[in-house]
Amino acid sequence: MRLPLEGITVLEFSQYLAGPYAGLRLADLGARVIKIERPKGGDACRQLATKNLRADGDSVLFHTINRNKESFAADLKCSHDVDIVKKLIAKADVITHNFRPGIMERLGLDFASIKEIKPDIVYGEVSGYGSEGPWKNKPGQDLLAQSLSGLTWVSNDSDKAPTPFGVAVADMLCGTHLAQGLLAALVKRKRHGVGSKVNVSLMESISDFQFEGLTTFLNTGEKLPQRSNVSNAHPYIGAPYGIYETADNHIAISMTNLTSLGEVIGCKGLDTYRSPQEQFNARDEIKITLANHLKTRTTREWLDLMEAKDFWCSPVLDYDQLTQEDTYKILEIEQTVTRDNGVSVKTTRCPIRLNGKKLKSNKASPRLGSANAYLLEELGI
Amino acid sequence: MIKPLEGLTVLDFSQFLSGPSATLRLADLGARIIKIEHFEKGDITRNIYAPHLNIGDNSAFFQAINRGKESLCADLKNANDIELIKKIAAKVDIVVSNFRPGVMDRLGLNFENFKAINPKVIYAEINGYGSEGPWRDKPGQDLLLQAVSGATYLTGGNSDGPTPMGLAIADNLAGAQLVQGILAALMADEAMHVEVSMLEAMLDFQFEPLTLYYQDGEAIDRGDQNAAHALVAAPYGLYKTQDGYIALAMGAIPILGKLLDCDPLLSYEDPASWFAKRDEIKLIIASHLSTQTSRHWLSILEPADIWCAEVLDWKRLIAHEGFKALNMLQTVSSSDGDTYQTTRCPIRFDDQLLTSIKGAPKLGEHTPFITEEFQ
Repeated sequence: MRLPLEGITVLEFSQYLAGPYAGLRLADLGARVIKIERPKGGDACRQLATKNLRADGDSVLFHTINRNKESFAADLKCSHDVDIVKKLIAKADVITHNFRPGIMERLGLDFASIKEIKPDIVYGEVSGYGSEGPWKNKPGQDLLAQSLSGLTWVSNDSDKAPTPFGVAVADMLCGTHLAQGLLAALVKRKRHGVGSKVNVSLMESISDFQFEGLTTFLNTGEKLPQRSNVSNAHPYIGAPYGIYETADNHIAISMTNLTSLGEVIGCKGLDTYRSPQEQFNARDEIKITLANHLKTRTTREWLDLMEAKDFWCSPVLDYDQLTQEDTYKILEIEQTVTRDNGVSVKTTRCPIRLNGKKLKSNKASPRLGSANAYLLEELGI
Repeated sequence: MIKPLEGLTVLDFSQFLSGPSATLRLADLGARIIKIEHFEKGDITRNIYAPHLNIGDNSAFFQAINRGKESLCADLKNANDIELIKKIAAKVDIVVSNFRPGVMDRLGLNFENFKAINPKVIYAEINGYGSEGPWRDKPGQDLLLQAVSGATYLTGGNSDGPTPMGLAIADNLAGAQLVQGILAALMADEAMHVEVSMLEAMLDFQFEPLTLYYQDGEAIDRGDQNAAHALVAAPYGLYKTQDGYIALAMGAIPILGKLLDCDPLLSYEDPASWFAKRDEIKLIIASHLSTQTSRHWLSILEPADIWCAEVLDWKRLIAHEGFKALNMLQTVSSSDGDTYQTTRCPIRFDDQLLTSIKGAPKLGEHTPFITEEFQ
């Protein structure tokens, strides 16, 4: 199958996570993605080694985000290199960057200047907090965006400190939104023949992510969400929604009719809460009753009882357990990517399937500047 | 400005959150969304939550996720309704569904069926766990996907036990990935079947911890002191101050020690120790920061370019000039004039915001209009 973005070239000036995550998805969908990197050190993410894990000199994190890309090293402070980059731009369809406001202007690589070289360019910019207001120069970093956005008040029980999501959720969502914007702009270019500038920011993305809660908050008296004090899993959802300890592990139980749940698992006292309002108002006392009862048997025993009646429940797995599951294996989410010197990294594939096909590629992240020689040749330099 | 998807139509069978979050984005980008709803009950999210969280007669969640869409009532077991739906399907660009695997096949509404009446259709589908394997018929509900995907061992500290993220992250991500697949498919000029499972979306979301796990096989260790990210070194975390909380992201521990006037931090000179001894270091920072106000610490750290921020709640967020400058909120109205405030699309095109005043539809609000248009 021909991938839908085959023939599209993306120049990625973006570093770290959000912008490169968008580039990764476009690469998965068939685009050719060329990272433009500083000759000294390249994308700063190459050195950002979480858990101090590296492969072939670069952080495993860099390998994860930048597989299936090429690297062109260029010094954007040197006019000779900028001229070459402009020749690359003339042949590109999409550009992304996450420099602070003003930098691309100084380099002569802002949207208006690029349009002179490539009138129908799709130009994507990532920032932390937009280009106006008191936050515009704040570092665009995930934990800080989470903290400012109010998101830290929805996870964990109410007697616990505010708890951030333990994944770079603002970066990931912002990268997703950038990819959506770039793709929508490509669709527009295809239909109307014009380019676009696309802007996203961590703060707008993390606000969008909270759209349901924020809409509730704004229109029902601006009452702040209250986390449940027992097995909290969502501040707006009543009992039994949450994760509970069992005799041997844990179990997750989603929304359900409490009366029939009580009958099926033999838990007394659940039949008095019948409406969604009661299940919300009394959620902590209901959950305490449930929590005490669920401790008495194993996860498997409870699942057997509940799954037979199609209750919404599941085991709670860690990576060791998950990767042993048949469903996990059938999904073939793992793939191994390899550099030309043989160094390989096992990572995840694209989560989107097209015509039943899993999108895979064994191309690893590029070594810094590994595309310079052949790209110069392609340009005839 | 012409919105990028203006002129495209989506026939939307999806319910609840994952699929509707995808079609909300398509609506924001300019597409027309025809939402098929059960003729009596409608989308389950209209009424599933506690009524004190309603806007008008429907849940605020429903109102947030379905704004700008049209509602067509149909009984998918009624031959006349199916006939109308097929007439509509012949003229749309995109079809979206999120039923469990097999349901659309049984209704005669799968990719092959649509392709037969519409040779360029994009058929986009979300399911919980893929269409194969022992979990295929399990309910694709957000908390359950968090629980099986390993994600509950990433948030909070080790002593918190498995801790879900307190919003519908799996729904949201599956919807976002589906939008990417649909938009890419629009570039191909041929019929295409786009599929995303919530499980695959959750695994992609964890690509960093999973890739590290594939290399070293080590279980996730969130630590216990001011835990914020299992893979990141101290000082990364939220810290209680005299009057609130502040966040500290990455930073050199001795420099932090100097700035905060906290001598015990000066001896952590080896950057490798910031990860290896993160709980010990964070404990020192935590006891030190509790002695002064958030403003006090930020006024020292911000000028020194340390990555830090206040921890806000929604009340303080929406009152903040930084948030106001983003213009993230918009007011929409329903057909009978009720208005409510909600967020807008987070993507800007050509420096313009994508907004629309159209609120969520009443159940079946557009049935007569759509029936006449396509009959």
